[in-house]
Amino acid sequence: MSDLTRRKLITTGLAAAAGASGLVVAAKLAAHYGLVPPDGGGIYGLGETLTYAAQRVLTRHSLAREFSRSQISSKPFANEVDKLGDEFERSQQGGFVNWRLKVDGLVTQPGLFSLAELKSFAQRSHITMIQCEEGWSYIAEWTGVPLSHVLELAGAAPQARYVVYRSIQPDWWESIDMADALHPQTLLTLGMNGGELPVGFGGPLRMRVARQLGYKNVKYVTSLTVTDNIKQFGKGLGSASPEAGYAWFAGI
Amino acid sequence: MTLAFLALLVTGLELVVSHPRFYWGEVGNVNTGTLFKIPIPSSRSMVPTGYGYVMPDQNGWSRYLHFQSAWILVLVGLVYVGVGLFSGHFRRNLLPAGADASAKRLGTSIVQHLKFARPGAEEAWSYNVLQRLAYLVVIFILFPMIIWTGLAMSPSFVSAVPGAVNILGGQQSARTLHFFLTLVLVLFLLVHVLMVILAGFRSRVRAMITGRAAEPLE
Repeated sequence: MSDLTRRKLITTGLAAAAGASGLVVAAKLAAHYGLVPPDGGGIYGLGETLTYAAQRVLTRHSLAREFSRSQISSKPFANEVDKLGDEFERSQQGGFVNWRLKVDGLVTQPGLFSLAELKSFAQRSHITMIQCEEGWSYIAEWTGVPLSHVLELAGAAPQARYVVYRSIQPDWWESIDMADALHPQTLLTLGMNGGELPVGFGGPLRMRVARQLGYKNVKYVTSLTVTDNIKQFGKGLGSASPEAGYAWFAGI
Repeated sequence: MTLAFLALLVTGLELVVSHPRFYWGEVGNVNTGTLFKIPIPSSRSMVPTGYGYVMPDQNGWSRYLHFQSAWILVLVGLVYVGVGLFSGHFRRNLLPAGADASAKRLGTSIVQHLKFARPGAEEAWSYNVLQRLAYLVVIFILFPMIIWTGLAMSPSFVSAVPGAVNILGGQQSARTLHFFLTLVLVLFLLVHVLMVILAGFRSRVRAMITGRAAEPLE
């Protein structure tokens, strides 16, 4: 063991100390630039922060891949949906005319939007892939109003950092940062493959976040809240997913 | 690093259990045909496995741990490759040296391996030509490929670098390749451990940790 000299021990110790203080500085910088996700604490916080920070540096403005019409899946899979409840069924029987999207939080004009109003705004379509975290996927054409347009109409405040959105299913709520909320491919989706958005696929209204996995694409959206403080929602982890053990950022 | 690899392996298998079906191309789901299926029960009831039994769902923590371990592996791996290039370790110890690079020496080495000849004491100090090639393939081909195919599955990453997935033939192709690369790396690990055991487990592990080989005892 004669090679393990005191000098080596000191050098290794210094390197380890430098590495540790480097990590502390990196964590401070990440927090300063808003690169720590809401679930960035805890035992998996290191990995989640590295992932989210790297993605935001690399992909803040990038567009999800769009496909040609011939690549639209002829056999998309809607996934299982829990029973949607009486309120949903009554609305469905009425052709969803009473369906409202409630917008509140850090906005100058909180309000309610009917589906007809949402359809009257300029629509955007994109043919993109939706991937489930389990590994399966399909490609479809999604049509709807860009979330950024609704946020603009409602007058979202400049200090807004997240948009929280909720489903008629009580356990399903999510949030995205402003990079995704203002992203041109993020749609309040009303149509699929040229027709109405089927109930199985989230109709009448689904949040389509093109660069994130299926569980961020909440079905049956009823409300959204603009906020600069995500910690006040639920258990403070950003959305229902981390509370159920899944990562808040699902761009991977 | 070994821990990170094993964590990636276990969590990766947990993720496969949620959808033990593999596809080629861009998309695939339970309504489409498969490239192949793994005949195990799934942790999702809507996957038709024929078992009528649903495994416990472990995807949440498995995904968290998979990506955290991947970061550790990538960061430590970059340091290892950087130091290896800088110090000349790869050039000196892993690139087959002049005489070793000949077809004849390669043949001799293969024959020795097939005979399961125990290496002599002189081999404890350096890697033979087959070992060198195997390590080079693992470090410079398999690991970069498994990282690449992993990134190619990320919808956000490929929005910035679409070529990363397009060149592989699609997102499901990347997933399938990721799975096969895992199998090859596991095979390497098994053979590597087997070789260490055959060569004398205690002395080799001691050598790995201290960086010195013991003199033969007798």
